[in-house]
This record gives sequence, C-alpha cells and structure tokens, in this order.
Amino acid sequence: MKTNVVLLGCLSLLSASCLADNGDSSAIHRSAGADQANAGLKLPAGFKAQVVAENLGAARHIAVTPLGDIYVKIQSSKPGKAIAVLHPTGSGKPDAVKTFGTYRGTGMVIKDHYLYTSSDEDVYRYQLNDKFEVMHPDQPEKIVTGLINRHQHESKSIALDNAGNIYVNIGAYSNSCQQQDRAKGSKGIPGCPILDSAAGIWQFKADKLNQTYGDGVRYATGLRNVVGLDWNTAQNQLFVMQHGRDGLFDMFPEYYDLQQGNELPAECMYALKKGDNAGWPYIYYDGIQHKKMLSPEYGGDGKKTGGADAIDPVVAFPAHMAPNGLLFYTGNQFPERYKNGAFIAFHGSWNRQKGQKGYYVVFVPFKDGKPSGNWEVFADNFTGVENIQSPGQAQHRPCGLAQGPDGALYVTDDVKGTVYKISYSGK
Amino acid sequence: MKKIAMIGVALCATLSFLLAQTPKKPAGSQSSVTRGKKVYEQYCLTCHQVDGSGVPHLNPPLIKTSFVLGDKGKLIQVILKGMQASEPIDDEYYSNNMPPHNFLKDQEIADVLTYVRRNFGNKASAVTTADVKTARAKN
Ligand code: HEC
Repeated sequence: MKTNVVLLGCLSLLSASCLADNGDSSAIHRSAGADQANAGLKLPAGFKAQVVAENLGAARHIAVTPLGDIYVKIQSSKPGKAIAVLHPTGSGKPDAVKTFGTYRGTGMVIKDHYLYTSSDEDVYRYQLNDKFEVMHPDQPEKIVTGLINRHQHESKSIALDNAGNIYVNIGAYSNSCQQQDRAKGSKGIPGCPILDSAAGIWQFKADKLNQTYGDGVRYATGLRNVVGLDWNTAQNQLFVMQHGRDGLFDMFPEYYDLQQGNELPAECMYALKKGDNAGWPYIYYDGIQHKKMLSPEYGGDGKKTGGADAIDPVVAFPAHMAPNGLLFYTGNQFPERYKNGAFIAFHGSWNRQKGQKGYYVVFVPFKDGKPSGNWEVFADNFTGVENIQSPGQAQHRPCGLAQGPDGALYVTDDVKGTVYKISYSGK
Repeated sequence: MKKIAMIGVALCATLSFLLAQTPKKPAGSQSSVTRGKKVYEQYCLTCHQVDGSGVPHLNPPLIKTSFVLGDKGKLIQVILKGMQASEPIDDEYYSNNMPPHNFLKDQEIADVLTYVRRNFGNKASAVTTADVKTARAKN
C-alpha cells in the first residue's frame, strides 16, 4: 500500500509536468530526422516511400490487384464512401479517386477474382472482371451476416486460405469480461459468455451466401481482439495479431504499479490451428517473464501463472501498441531476408502513461514458418512528432498493409487517409 | 516580565488559533481545481488523455463538449453511472465504454468536474458537493 501511495504521488507529479508541456504547442516538435523525400517516413537504407493518395478518410485495410489498382476500406458511414478505388497512372499517383458502398468497417482482401470486404456486422464480396475491376459496385454478395457488434472491438477483419475458406475476427465487446466493463476491481464473469459469439476467429465458406454463426466454425477462441491477420502461404497457416488487454494498473493498483501497467501484457502474434485457445479473458501473456499469467479478474495477482490449455505466442511485442495490420511478404522486390517475413502495422498506444508507443511498421524475419530473428522497426515517423503523449497528436497512424504486384509494400493511415507505397531500389 | 510572557503566550495562542482556522475555511474553487487534477490523473487520464483530447473514435475528448459545458446534473450522472450508450457525442461515435465512478466521494466528483470545466480550454462554473449530492439522490 505504501509503495502505491508513493507511486500515485509520483504519477501525479509526472503527469502534472506532462499537462504543463501539453498546454504549450511548442512541445510538439516536428521530428528532425524525417526525410520529406520519403513522405516524412524513416526507412532502412535502400528503401523509398511515396504518397499515393491523401485525405481518403479513415483508411483501414487495403488490397492491391495484380494490375496495381488499389482498393481501400474507409471507416465511414457516409453514403457511397465505404471503399476507395485508386488507379495509379505513370507517376504512381492516381488521377482520380472513385468510391462506392455505404457501410463502416475495416476488412479488405483480394483473392482470385473477388474483392472481399467487411462492415462491422457482415462480410461481402464483389466479383472482379478480367482487369480486376469491381463489376457491380452496388450489388455485393453478402456472404456472412449478423455478426455481433457492440461497438467495442467491432472490426470484422478478414483473411482467406487457399481452400475456399474465409476467416473472420469477432472481437470481444469487453476488455476482460468483467461484471462491469473496465470498472475498478470488478471481477470476471465465471465461464465468460462472450466467448460463445465473440473473442475468436470464425471460419466460413468464401463462396456461400448469407452464412451466420450456425454455418461457421469457431476456428480459434480466447482472442480478445484481432485486427491484423494474414494467411501464411509458405506455412499454410493462419497468423493473427491480438490486441492485449488494458487497465492492469488502473483497475488493480493493489497488484500492479504504473510501470507494469504500461509494459503488460504483450501484444502477441499467434499461429493458429483449428481449435486453438489463446486464453482470453482468463490469462494474459507477460512478455517480460515470458509466462501466461492469471488475470486479476479471475484470481490473479500479478504472480500466479495460468492457462495450461492456452497456446503460447509466436512473437511477443511491447504492450498496448495496437497491431492493426499483418502481412507476410512474398514479393521479390525487397532483399532476400524479407522473403516470407512478417510486416506488422502498429496503430500506436493510448493507454500507456507518460508517453505512447508504436505508430510504426515493424518487420520480423521468418525461416521455415518461425521467427528467425528479433523484430525491428521498419518504417517510422508516421506521427510527425517526437515523444508522443496522446494519439490525438499523431499526424498519421499506420493501419493496413498490402503487397503490390511489383513487390512494393503499401501502408494506410487512418488519421488523414494517406496511402504510402514503400519500394526498394537499393540506393 | 511575567506579564509580557503572559501576553506572548496569549498572542501565540491567538495566532496559532487563527492560523489553524484560515486553511479550514470552505475550500475555494481554486483548491478544488488543484485537488480535481489529482483525481483526474488517477481515474480519468488514461482514457481521456493528459490534455483532455481523448482517443480518436475510442474515448471522447473533454474539450468544449456539450456534456462538459452543459447541465451539471447530467454531467455528474456520467461520472456516477459511466457511459455505455455508444450514441454519438457531438456527432462522433466512440467505441469504448466508460465505467461507473460512483465509488468516488462527493468531494472528489465535484473537484474533478470543476477541474475539467476549468481546463482543456473549458470555461464553465464550478461543480459543488451539493450538486453531487442532489444528483446522487436522484438515483
Ligand atoms: C475506461 C476509459 C474511461 C475512463 C477511465 C473514464 N472515461 Fe469518461 N468516457 C469514456 C468513454 C468511452 C466515453 C463515451 C462513452 C460512450 O460513447 O458511450 C466517456 C464519456 C465521458 C463524458 C461525456 C462525453 C464527453 O466527452 O463530454 C465525460 C464528461 C467523461 N467521460 C468524463 C470522465 C471523467 C471526469 C473521468 C474520471 C473520473 C472519466 N471520464 C473516466 C471513457 C472513460
């Protein structure tokens, strides 16, 4: 208790200085190292970035056709603004932006001759012609419908395998399945009922209309919320990025200090097999001790481990960075070490205190389906500010990832609706 | 000599009596703001952020919103009951939930709301413990 009081004291002192800083707009410095030639991004040597489009709205996931046309899912309910289509010309920039569809949502994948998209309740697909253009923008086929949307963790992100299945994330409409969501000290609901209809990945047929829960399979459970996911073709396996839980310090200061609240739990990458359980809400993954820990809502105290039946992550990243995009790189343009490795777009944290983290695209090298080295920051400086204190200060936040036919990497930003194209020239 | 000492003691007693009395005067809204800041940092900052700007699409800002500047009774209820409505706030949707903070004392709620209404560019009247009591009595 004593340490808690002291810590709280320190916290208020430190936050006081933050508050003071924030009132002063000069505290937001433009980062010195930003190279405007690379659209303001910081990249490894030999890579170049270009802005392909701007001001699209909240640009979420993205897909690029074999002919280089770009489809971007916009998180907007404005009539006719759900999907942006860019047809780049010689300069690499599109001449005009066309839009269609009226529904919020995040998901956007191209597989064979279909464009798959999702609202926050349904999954659609649009047939593509021989130039990979959407044939009937006003008549999508609704393949999945009636998925739960209680506004929290509502993105129904999607991925497809090579066997005609589509995988849909249904995020938990809760932080940790407490009796009272996010309330200080509130206990977990025994036998968390959210797991029946959410907090997992559901598998449906990619070509069957109007499927709902009864037609699908709960492919994996115990996943709080997955926004970034991808089918790893080299491994023939689904990989997902989980958004880890919040509030260990805020809600359970008797077990966690501010520092632990900031650094726990890890943001995890999981390789899924049918029937897997990643353990939410009963456990969380401590990336510092490399252990599955019992959640304080379910009897944990920051020391007790748990989750004997839960899988371990493939990679554990720092806490709260919000992984929104995952892409396994299969192109030939980037140097050999990038082949089959994972790019992850971290949207950036909000529930750390005294400085936020993330807001970048990282890379994890892979060999034989397993990470072959540590993760590294690949593209940085999206925020345009140093020492970001609050997400509202970020000028850009990375969200979706796609690979172009030439092997370039595309990154979306959902603050200003920028689409970046990152290419390798070796120079 | 004895007399002077007596006067000294009396003076001291009066002085310390006066000193002890002054800080115990009813708290002005300035000290309410100071205390409210502490409450904010402990219970609100993670979600509504250090500068009251909130988190885009997730947690609303506390900067000149209709709730913050509006009816005190309604504002106090947000703190007591939390907010899970997912109805638009000044035309924006926020997907997170706000938990109830009814465990806070009347004084703490009055302080934190006075702090919020006097900060982040807001200019509105102080919230008193009497306001909080009235709001609580309605539930
Ligand atoms: C767990 C995150 C969280 C915490 C902690 C939290 N809030 Fe909120 N708050 C929210 C969310 C989310 C909403 C909007 C909910 C909705 O749209 O249904 C909200 C709404 C509000 C509103 C009304 C809307 C507006 O923007 O004016 C006020 C005022 C407010 N909060 C103040 C506070 C204060 C003061 C505290 C601390 C005592 C606090 N909140 C703690 C998340 C939080």
